[in-house]
Amino acid sequence: MKALIQELVEAYGPSGHEGTVRNLIRRHVEPLCDEVRVDAMGNLIALKRGDGSGRRVMLAAHMDEIGVIVSHVDEKGFLRFGTVGGVRPTQVLGTRVLFGNGQQGTIGQEQPASPDEKPSFDKMFIDVGAPNKEALTVGVGDVACFQRPFADLGQRLMSKAMDDRIGCAVLVQALRDLKPSPHDVYFVFTVQEEVGLRGAVTSAYGVAPEVGIALDVTIAADTPEAAHMNMALGKGPCIKVKDGGMLAHPGVKNLMVATAQRLGIPYQLEVLLGGTTDAMAMQTSQAGVAAGTISVATRYVHSPSEMVDYDDVLNSVKLLVGILSAPIVL
Amino acid sequence: MILQQLANASGPSGREEAVRQVVIEAIRDHVDSYQVDGLGNCIALKRGAAPAADGRSRRVMVSAHMDEVALMIVQITGEGLLRFRKIGGIDDRVLPSKRVLVGEKRVPGVIGCKPLHLLHDAEFGQVAASDDLYIDIGASSAAAAERLVQRGDYAVFDTPYEPWPQARLVKGKAFDDRAGCAVLVELLRGDPYPFDLYGVFTVQEEVGLRGARVAAYAVDPDAAIALEGTICDDMPKKKDISSTTVLGQGPSITIMDRSMIADRRLVQLLIDTAQAEGIPYQFKQPLMGSTDSGTIHLAREGVPTTVVSIPSRYIHSPVTLLSLDDLENTVKLMRAALIKLADLEL
Repeated sequence: MKALIQELVEAYGPSGHEGTVRNLIRRHVEPLCDEVRVDAMGNLIALKRGDGSGRRVMLAAHMDEIGVIVSHVDEKGFLRFGTVGGVRPTQVLGTRVLFGNGQQGTIGQEQPASPDEKPSFDKMFIDVGAPNKEALTVGVGDVACFQRPFADLGQRLMSKAMDDRIGCAVLVQALRDLKPSPHDVYFVFTVQEEVGLRGAVTSAYGVAPEVGIALDVTIAADTPEAAHMNMALGKGPCIKVKDGGMLAHPGVKNLMVATAQRLGIPYQLEVLLGGTTDAMAMQTSQAGVAAGTISVATRYVHSPSEMVDYDDVLNSVKLLVGILSAPIVL
Repeated sequence: MILQQLANASGPSGREEAVRQVVIEAIRDHVDSYQVDGLGNCIALKRGAAPAADGRSRRVMVSAHMDEVALMIVQITGEGLLRFRKIGGIDDRVLPSKRVLVGEKRVPGVIGCKPLHLLHDAEFGQVAASDDLYIDIGASSAAAAERLVQRGDYAVFDTPYEPWPQARLVKGKAFDDRAGCAVLVELLRGDPYPFDLYGVFTVQEEVGLRGARVAAYAVDPDAAIALEGTICDDMPKKKDISSTTVLGQGPSITIMDRSMIADRRLVQLLIDTAQAEGIPYQFKQPLMGSTDSGTIHLAREGVPTTVVSIPSRYIHSPVTLLSLDDLENTVKLMRAALIKLADLEL
């Protein structure tokens, strides 16, 4: 599965520019599904039909990643920028960025007024090495992602965009591993999650599921002096109880716990203090959806070096396949 | 010019009737039907020149919001002064010493401001918080004030429309978004388009894009463009940074704002149209502000959407300035782009 993960995390796909990722995923899922379509927002919706005895289930993993957008080109050819999704000023100085047309650049800043001045985006710029303004190949409105290669550290994997290509990879692998299921399962690869769950809003409306499960990353708090949360690398898939945007449906949460226990899969309960996932958008779609989330504990979320545990990823696939292979009683 | 009537009308969020009446008078003879929905949106339908072969014509929604930022009276003091709260985004700096019109009777008032002679040292250079300000309508008691004004009445800025012909500029209040309304009226008064055009004049944009949400659900469009009077910050700056938009440099096209990432096909259509027709255009600085497009593009299964804006200096203040050239070029660009939109693959 590592090859699939590497392929997905290294692809270019900031919010609103998910085409490359979508094409990669489409190649993997099309032969395994009964129907594949792309909706008006760009969500990839792949349906694997059940035997008619089960539920209508929507699985969501988002294809987009955080990035930056050019807001102004100055006379010398430096690019001022804004952020696409939750990018923090402390994470970006000196990082490299990659535009959709292949143009690379780095992020620099104005001379700080004092050595301890906090970095802020309004004093930063992207330098693509253009000798002058006329030589630029990018301009206002062009979007870049952070550039950082995939690193296989053995048990742990590190890259940009684990959030949420790891969820996409789990969905693709689950589709490969899934034997005939009683349920109509919609594998939805969503757009624009990082700017407000927007793809999930419209795809959930279109799919109109009874049960929704998001696959996403969550904050691992197992590093020195981390926030007071329990999620840790290597302790199994995180089963969401609550995050900053939703309370997981108790029936969905309990189903996940019972399935993990039945199959002997390690798991951890997740209470995430801030942030949310596509499950929040699914939960309040149409007349309401029983929604939950399986998360992969991830260190350094929204940095260019997000780290996950490989066993957690494999166990997330197992847990998901286990849920989809049995009747869903909430 | 319809902009004059539209801008002079009072239309605080939630009480857009006066603006809607101007709109309806202007469009009723040029559309196939119009209706006012449960929230007060005016949804006008201008049918396509010929129905599509499959019987289902493409539906395109063009919207502009009727409401403006305003004040609401929350308390009448024993002295007959009116305490207020802000409706929509208003900076406290722009309030003191401004003229307002209160309630349906349009009672003239001023927002009181202490003369500098009376300021304590600590007050110099400070902006008075809006909660501490009051509107003075000249009433000498609570009873006198209550004969003219009730709690819950709105106050809007009293800034009559005024052309500045030497510069092809106009001055007035609420060009955000009466400028968009004026463009949309012009689009509806012209020839039919090759599809069903829904001209939607929305309510309550300034308090959270609320009217557009339900209107887009009802219209269920195949594509949408929101028209806006937008931020224009083209004064000289110390640094080489963005002006958001520049007055007189043409309609501005949105690629991404805080509420929406625009559909690239629509953006490209607008660029191609502007270039083909020789109409000046500019890109709005990404990530500035949010518009009705934010809720429109998320309606039902999603709608390809963008925004075309008329640069307006000093929006969300009592006085805004815009260029008639920009306004006319926006009408031209939209007309030409809408005709081409019929053939755009969506």
